[in-house]
Amino acid sequence: MEVYFDNAATTKVYPEVKELMIKILEEDYGNPSSLHMKGVEAEKYIKEATARIATELKCQEKEIVFTSGGTEANNFALIGGAMAHRRAGKHIITTNIEHASVSATLEFLVKEGYEVSYVGVDEKGIVNLEELRTALREDTILVSVMYVNNEIGSIQPIEEITKIVKSNNPQTLMHVDAVQAFGKLRFSPKRLGVDLLSISGHKIHGPKGSGALYIKDKTLIRPTMYGGGQQKSMRSGTENVPAIAGMGLATELMYKNHDNKMEYIRNLKNTFIDKVTKLENVYDNSGEAPHIASITFVGIRSEVMLHALEDKGIYVSSGSACSSNKANISGVLKAINLPKERLESTLRFSFCETNTIEEIEYTVKCIEEILPVFRRYIRK
Amino acid sequence: MNYKMFLIKYAEIGTKGKNRYVFEEIMCKRMRALLKKLGSFEVRREYGRIFVEALSDYDYDDVLSALQKVFGVVGICPVVVVEDTSFEKISDAVVEYVDNEFLNKNFTFKSHAKRVNKSYPMSSMELNCEIGAVLLDKFPEMKVDVHNPEVMINVEVRDVAYIYSKTIPGPGGLPVGTNGKGMTLLSGGIDSPVAAYMIAKRGVELEAVYFHAPPYTSERAKQKVVDLAKLVAQYSGPIKLHIINFTDVQLAIYDNCPHDELTIIMKRVFYKMAQDLALANDCQCIITGESIGQVSSQTVQSLSVIDLAADKLPVMRPCIGMDKQEIIDLSEKIGTYETSIQPYEDCCTTFVAKHPVTRPKLDKILESEQALVGKIEELYEKAMNDIEVVICR
Repeated sequence: MEVYFDNAATTKVYPEVKELMIKILEEDYGNPSSLHMKGVEAEKYIKEATARIATELKCQEKEIVFTSGGTEANNFALIGGAMAHRRAGKHIITTNIEHASVSATLEFLVKEGYEVSYVGVDEKGIVNLEELRTALREDTILVSVMYVNNEIGSIQPIEEITKIVKSNNPQTLMHVDAVQAFGKLRFSPKRLGVDLLSISGHKIHGPKGSGALYIKDKTLIRPTMYGGGQQKSMRSGTENVPAIAGMGLATELMYKNHDNKMEYIRNLKNTFIDKVTKLENVYDNSGEAPHIASITFVGIRSEVMLHALEDKGIYVSSGSACSSNKANISGVLKAINLPKERLESTLRFSFCETNTIEEIEYTVKCIEEILPVFRRYIRK
Repeated sequence: MNYKMFLIKYAEIGTKGKNRYVFEEIMCKRMRALLKKLGSFEVRREYGRIFVEALSDYDYDDVLSALQKVFGVVGICPVVVVEDTSFEKISDAVVEYVDNEFLNKNFTFKSHAKRVNKSYPMSSMELNCEIGAVLLDKFPEMKVDVHNPEVMINVEVRDVAYIYSKTIPGPGGLPVGTNGKGMTLLSGGIDSPVAAYMIAKRGVELEAVYFHAPPYTSERAKQKVVDLAKLVAQYSGPIKLHIINFTDVQLAIYDNCPHDELTIIMKRVFYKMAQDLALANDCQCIITGESIGQVSSQTVQSLSVIDLAADKLPVMRPCIGMDKQEIIDLSEKIGTYETSIQPYEDCCTTFVAKHPVTRPKLDKILESEQALVGKIEELYEKAMNDIEVVICR
């Protein structure tokens, strides 16, 4: 049995998305900037994708700029936002559980003379609002908080955070990395009150290499890519038409019948957590997101457990896939104050709509077999 | 500058008496193999030297870097070939060569001309003087120094004329295949590829063994070792890599032996397996990357206990006296460092004790190993019968 429980790392594209992309690659391969028919046809796909995403985000079409993915969207928001507002100040606030595409970008900005304050989280991985209030200053130009944490699935109270930020200074830019929230939660950046919001295509059964940044109308931000002036000069470079179209369709499909879908996924997650935590010395660290379960198997290093599960055809992650090949311990798990022996023994299981309850049962059965075998062999 | 030919310099092979022919031929073969994908070349031995002649267009840097990976090569001289051997043409070519090759002409030189073609109208001495005169005339900044020149301008007149001066260093050593074959233990770390390189440099053909311990070590750790073997194979020629699944044996040791002795006992099994594999594959030695004192299992006491596990073949440890930094420097030079430092766990570190023994006694270890009798043989056999082989080139 092959079981893919690593859907927070990436997902399989929807068959409809694949078909659409192949059609574009084979037939409608024009450059959207070309003046002839082939170009016009290609441009239509972009307009269609924009409309689809704008519908789900309940925003204006002109507020969406496509990027090469979540990482670029985050880089664009932070670097472009910080640069555009540097006259107003050089202070930025973020949390200590952000994805590397935010934290590493901010480290870069520190080298460029910006100052970054990190706000902590509680044991559930929720931002400490009091800490945020104290961190805010007159010269704070940008606040960046992720919506759903990629490792434990905690959901941040974005609306509340935005209110706090904006009541301190309405000019302060509010950025949200919504890569793990998009397609899982229903939200609108406008309702949340944010200025910038990053999303990605490949976490919602769209293609890799697709993403977008929502930029609220009239928000001051500097482009980070210069060239032919595509996307109203906000992001130059020939648009990746098949990826953009694929992401647009995936968005529409993902939000179709959404409540039922999420209930189904949440049920998978909860069933899994219920069953697996009945086993000896297995603990749950998961947050509220419907698709992410963070489980600690005391006594077995996560990498070993991961490969033991792989041996049974079950694919999961230790930490986030993007960083798990670095042999370091998860910053998020540390931030929620997990004791040391749990830090190095935690795996992430992440689900999607095509996973089944049988897969959950099979996985729990395998874990039950694996645990005693591998717990015998620990470093002394 | 367009060089049509390279003159290959080699040192030690020259001293090998009757075997010299064999050594040279092996080296030529290796060069042909490496140059094959870079264009059409002729590698030939003549006048007791080796020439590489380009018969097609080629990329100078690629060819140079290929030749710099052939053990036995001490130096590579790019040669300008002049078809018309009249003195005018030769001296024009020398002037053009010097002009292109040396941007700053403020150096001392000596012209070293040789007339192999004795029917040539000028003697070697005359050629020397005339070429020197032409150069001084053309480039007044240049100065002659016949005793200690910074640059030696060589001109050889045969049926065609060769001009060369620059020597680009080669790796030295002896051609691989002239000194038997060794089984090298590759862990995926920094040291073992360096050790393999050093032994291959002395003409030893390589095979390699890696101990894989899934799920404790990952598929990526294995891939890393394959990648490292491929990098070493750039120098040594193809490496047959044997991948042994060591998990069951390792767990048996864990179950039956004192924890602080695990690494020592495990390494003794590595050696035994490597020796079996070496003997079955016509290798005459085992190669490891150990260096005295680097870790607990590499103290002299530990090494002496581990060493005795290989009772039929010598264990060669070329890194034994090197400091870590020296090993790192060499691994950077040969291009294995970047791959070696990828952070994947190898099976040595999986169960390593917090306080492993650093001064093991042979008697004590042998006694501990008694606990494995009757338990490990079948697992050992199974591991040795179920080896994955990857040819790395």
